Amino acid sequence: MLRSLVSQTFRQGLVHSFFRRNAASLSESVVVQNPVETSEEAGEKSVSNQKNSDESGTTVVVAPPEFRFMYPEFLPDPKMERRNKLKEKLERMDMLQRRSVIEIPEFYTGSIMAVTVADSNSPNKFARFVGICIQRGGSGLRAWFILRNVVDRQGVEILYEMYCPLIQKIEVLRLERRLDESLLYLRDALPEYSTFPFEMEPERRLNNSVVPLNPIKVKLRPRPWLERWERQDLQGVQDLNLPQRFYDRAKEVAKPWEKYDLMLQYRKTIPAEEQEKIYAEVHSQLQQQDLKRKIRRRRGPNSEQ
Amino acid sequence: MTTSASRRMLLSNFNPDTRSEVSSSFYQRTRTFKAIMAFSVQNFARIMQFSVPFSRSFHQCQPLNQIQLLTRLRVVDNSPIGKEAMIEGRPPKCIHVYNPTRIGRIGDKVLVAIKGQKKKAVIVGLKQKQSPFIPKFDSNNIVLIEDNGSPIGTRIHVPVPSILRKILKERSVAKKIDFTKLLSICTKFV
Repeated sequence: MLRSLVSQTFRQGLVHSFFRRNAASLSESVVVQNPVETSEEAGEKSVSNQKNSDESGTTVVVAPPEFRFMYPEFLPDPKMERRNKLKEKLERMDMLQRRSVIEIPEFYTGSIMAVTVADSNSPNKFARFVGICIQRGGSGLRAWFILRNVVDRQGVEILYEMYCPLIQKIEVLRLERRLDESLLYLRDALPEYSTFPFEMEPERRLNNSVVPLNPIKVKLRPRPWLERWERQDLQGVQDLNLPQRFYDRAKEVAKPWEKYDLMLQYRKTIPAEEQEKIYAEVHSQLQQQDLKRKIRRRRGPNSEQ
Repeated sequence: MTTSASRRMLLSNFNPDTRSEVSSSFYQRTRTFKAIMAFSVQNFARIMQFSVPFSRSFHQCQPLNQIQLLTRLRVVDNSPIGKEAMIEGRPPKCIHVYNPTRIGRIGDKVLVAIKGQKKKAVIVGLKQKQSPFIPKFDSNNIVLIEDNGSPIGTRIHVPVPSILRKILKERSVAKKIDFTKLLSICTKFV
């Protein structure tokens, strides 16, 4: 009963507290270290509670709901024929192991990032690239993201595999979100919207503050485009200035019923109950790694051996 | 005709299974008419498939953006002929790719038609989707070269993929063709 309640509040939490990090969720990180059995009322109180006592008396670990957005690559590919529980679990262990070696920070599409990669071709053996994350995808060890920048008036994009051992360092220079999930339309936008200097300094953020949403509306170049953007219901673009027939046709081919198709949604996503289980599994290790990094940073860079 | 007969006829018009002596010929006629209508509607639909502009059979997938025969390219060095061609708005066309697949990849040599001349060039950036860690550009970039591999221009003003260093070193043949001079005129690698 409690479990169902928790999962319910989990789902509600997704709707209400998008990317909200309250101080409570941080203080819980201490609780993880010593498993304390909390009372039943405490379990009902909030979602951010890490340990709740079940009816049978066993403790249940519940990860904060924002984990779904912070670490989407921990969820497996929802394609039924590709699912394999053992493979997924092994992959998760490998991912955590890789994360213990290098820091893979939290980022979203629209964040500005810098990635340093081992490059045997360049004279100093490393290559650094700065750009805006325009798309993020893949699951497990194959998770990837695309950075885009305009260098010397030439648009450049690089796809990085997050867990590839070639990657030396991933920095988030500006943590923010945009109005759309995928910013591929920046390829057809004016170059100033995807131009970022390589010497950009990382912006300082308060701990556990809300991830800011950048409500910028991008201006696209006139047609021809790479895709039919008018059909994609984009929020982050200015008025497209097309003749009426384009919008009429977009309305004709639109599939507004798909958002009510429960079966389609089920096939395309991992159910919330399963997500909970997965994040509960990785949650404590992720937070321990985070704590260790914080302590190391507070001690200063020279304490690292 | 009595009222009942007329009613029956009307009925027969709507429901062809209720036959009567009076309206049999009428029924026959309506049936043939319906058949003709059905046939013409079918045909019409068949014609419509081709006449309606939305369902015309042009391809609707994303273009591959690959460099093949007659692809327009962008010269990125400062050679006078390349600069002029780009300013004129008549970018060079690829007329041959020197590899077995005939599809240009990074570092491949191509033959281009530029300002009425045939010139050789090296591909230094592709619009096509690339494998991880290899940059993808917004245009298909080339650098014009002489027959011996040395570039015509003296500077390249756009970033160049750093994997080109490895590829061009491998492709150069001692005392025949040397592409590595091209690397020395690059300003930036990504």
